[in-house]
Amino acid sequence: MKIKAWKKVISYSFLALILIFTYLPIAVLVVYSFTDARSIGVWTGFTFELYAELFSDQEILSAILNSVILAVTSAGCATIIGTFAAVGIYSMKRIPRKLMEGTNQITMLNADIVTAIAFMLFFLIVQFIPFGWATLIISHTMVCIPYVVMSVLPRLSQLNPNLYEAGQDLGASPMRVMFTVMLPQLITAMLAGFMLSVTISLDDFVITKFNSNSEVVTISVYLYNKLKKGVKPVLRAMSTLILVVVTAVVVGINVGQKRRSDKVRKNV
Amino acid sequence: MNNSKLSKQMFALPYAILAVVFVIIPLVIMMFTAFVDGNGSFTFDNFLNFGNADVWKVLGRSFIMAFLTTVICLVLAYPTAMILANSRLNKSATIVMLFVLPMWINSLLRIYAVKLIFEDMLGRGFGLVLLGMVYDFFPFMLMPLYTILANMDHSYIEAAEDLGASPLKNFLTVILPLSVPGIISGVLMVFMPTVSTFAVSDILGNPDTYMFGNLINYNMEKGYYNLGSAYSIVMLALIGITTLIANRITAVRGGKK
Repeated sequence: MKIKAWKKVISYSFLALILIFTYLPIAVLVVYSFTDARSIGVWTGFTFELYAELFSDQEILSAILNSVILAVTSAGCATIIGTFAAVGIYSMKRIPRKLMEGTNQITMLNADIVTAIAFMLFFLIVQFIPFGWATLIISHTMVCIPYVVMSVLPRLSQLNPNLYEAGQDLGASPMRVMFTVMLPQLITAMLAGFMLSVTISLDDFVITKFNSNSEVVTISVYLYNKLKKGVKPVLRAMSTLILVVVTAVVVGINVGQKRRSDKVRKNV
Repeated sequence: MNNSKLSKQMFALPYAILAVVFVIIPLVIMMFTAFVDGNGSFTFDNFLNFGNADVWKVLGRSFIMAFLTTVICLVLAYPTAMILANSRLNKSATIVMLFVLPMWINSLLRIYAVKLIFEDMLGRGFGLVLLGMVYDFFPFMLMPLYTILANMDHSYIEAAEDLGASPLKNFLTVILPLSVPGIISGVLMVFMPTVSTFAVSDILGNPDTYMFGNLINYNMEKGYYNLGSAYSIVMLALIGITTLIANRITAVRGGKK
């Protein structure tokens, strides 16, 4: 009994240490966003000064807006193309299916920098797509599609395979069956793929760096450019704002999922 | 019936076309770029740069950094995952979420947090870059380990216990072997990404922490596309080899079972 108690103390202390290691830097960032001290360690009094600066900094605000627009657009495109692709891949015979699944894994396994450079060289040669929004949306969409496919494929194997044929036998066109029969059943998996895509796009830095122009700057690229040189205090307020939003979204999704699974459990 | 199957397969056509145009062809172009010189004539010169001692130094350093990052992440993440999976904390989604939340936070933002606290303490250099890498990649090691340990069939562990295995023996002969696929996917998610990352070294490092990713980035920024492509091809090959080895190990283990 005694040994067991000790074991518990040691395990929980270890977890606590890991949590401290994880959250200490973030906590300091958040705390120091409420003071305008130039560096950490000197507290020059509580103030919202950095937040005032943040909300008047056009460069930062447009970077945030750009990131969100890019993430939502690319994730949306990826979700549509990826879901249709998953339905198609699922009904393929062994060899074409293997081929598609293999291709699907290329960008997932590849290093970001290699994917980014391949895109860049391609866009340099195909000159009619100008660097900027178009190249960014294409590259981000292509990077996100595989994750949508991987989210939707497992769900397809749980569906009743006869529903699609039944829809067709009743005279509906393939598109109509897709929209009225398939997509409603896949909506949860699609949503998961969409959220994963949004995260991947927001987190991406390398692909954006190589496939944008100087005008379309995202949060990641903005941070990289600033951090290489030196740190402006206003970045602390910006980071805190992003942290709060991301945490709220992740917690919200988890709570929503839990509610839904609780409901399912109750009904069963 | 046949007709409906075919019509269903057609839904994958847009993606198939896009994948050929935007994934396969760019890689082919990169391959081509790596094997030509500035004038477009065929050459191996871009790869001959690997005769250069500096390139090997950078590559060696990247592997040392990646190795240390992977080992430290594994040593920290394995017990964390095990404690989380075995204790009552497992039931509490909130606690588990606390550990994986950083995965959803922009990695540059997290590197910034590390810089903010530890730059004055450690100074820019190998130690700070290593710390940044571990901080950056730790959740990606933890996640697959936790998944496999939390879903492990406990009857094996109980059977070993009933047969009189000590906790250590139980861990070494039952738990550890069963968790190998988790370890492998964790290692895959940490090792090569460390080699190819250049942002961490740019932000936390100095010229002595220049990594293989920095080398590629430098050449592309300077417009040396042929050389940059050659290095990228090497990177691609390294990733291909490590993935194949990892798949091999997982397959062999699966076969044994």
